[in-house]
Amino acid sequence: MLGTEGKKNRCAGIENKLVEYLDGRAKPAERRAVEGHLAACAVCRARADEFRMLWDAMDDLPVFSLSPAFDASLRARIAAEPAGHRFWDWLPSPRLVFATTALVAVSIWMVSMPRVAPNRTASEMMTSEGTTSRVSEEADFRMIRDLPVLENYDLLSKFDALSELPSSATAAPGEVTKESR
Amino acid sequence: MARTDVQLMLDVKAGDEQSFELLLRKYRTPLVNFLYRMVRDSAAAEDLAQEVFLRVYRARKEYAPSAKFTTWMFHIATNVALNSVRDNRHRKMEISMDQTLDANEDEQPAMQVPDRAPSIEQQLVAQTRSEMILRAIHALPEKQRAAVLLHKYQELDYDEIARILECSESALKSLLFRAYETLRTELAPLVSSVRI
Repeated sequence: MLGTEGKKNRCAGIENKLVEYLDGRAKPAERRAVEGHLAACAVCRARADEFRMLWDAMDDLPVFSLSPAFDASLRARIAAEPAGHRFWDWLPSPRLVFATTALVAVSIWMVSMPRVAPNRTASEMMTSEGTTSRVSEEADFRMIRDLPVLENYDLLSKFDALSELPSSATAAPGEVTKESR
Repeated sequence: MARTDVQLMLDVKAGDEQSFELLLRKYRTPLVNFLYRMVRDSAAAEDLAQEVFLRVYRARKEYAPSAKFTTWMFHIATNVALNSVRDNRHRKMEISMDQTLDANEDEQPAMQVPDRAPSIEQQLVAQTRSEMILRAIHALPEKQRAAVLLHKYQELDYDEIARILECSESALKSLLFRAYETLRTELAPLVSSVRI
């Protein structure tokens, strides 16, 4: 019983390989496996023989001849196809739409920017635009250069960090500290 | 140097109508035969073949050679044929019921019943055999039928047929085995006569 079951399993194992074995497309390893089984199994060998005979019989099926009107009829159907472009064929592609939109937007942005003459140098710009401010800057510079050293007495006298220093170390003779005031 | 089918189709895409004509001449006979064996109606087969070529023509602008041209074309053809078969399901059911009743009455497979149509009696033995084979193929489930036709008569590769039928190669091999096993049983008298 077990032997019969095992034999059935072996037969089932080559079933899916039998067709490609018979049509010559099986890989060498599969071909050897099928041949090995067929040599040992009379049932599968008979089935393989009948498959071959079936295929021979099927080869005799006559070829169906086309009617003479086939080509003309097909050409008429193709000619009846809408030759012109469909509505959506005329629409530009999404890429073209995006590129055009981007170009227009950049153009508008550039036009809306304030115009600056391209060849003006920094010195020319100072000459034309900053003549008056240049005079005042020079005056300020002279004033700062000639500024005498100032001692902000109020600021120094109220500077908290100085108050923490010992008065003997920090206070030079003649200097006025917060405590001595 | 002859252009491949894919190159021809790319030329059709580029607007070369002559390349479409070449494809038509090359594939009209195998295509009509495939469809005739699928639907067993000569007028319908020609009409469906024209439909397939029309679909190929319409799709030319979007054609991308992701597979063999034959895979693409027979995929369209199989879908067209299966749709047609399903549209005529009512008629098919009547035929299969007749065959079942005949088989029950005679306790013989339907294929062994001689064709009682008067015109068949006048035909030659070869024609009768062909008719029996066609009937047996047509009696197969739709997917098995398409698989057998693409395997036996179009001799397409297993990966091509699997892509056309949208299944794995191992599923296809199982499908083919079951189909040929059914045909072997149904056409047993025919196979026996060949043996003799």
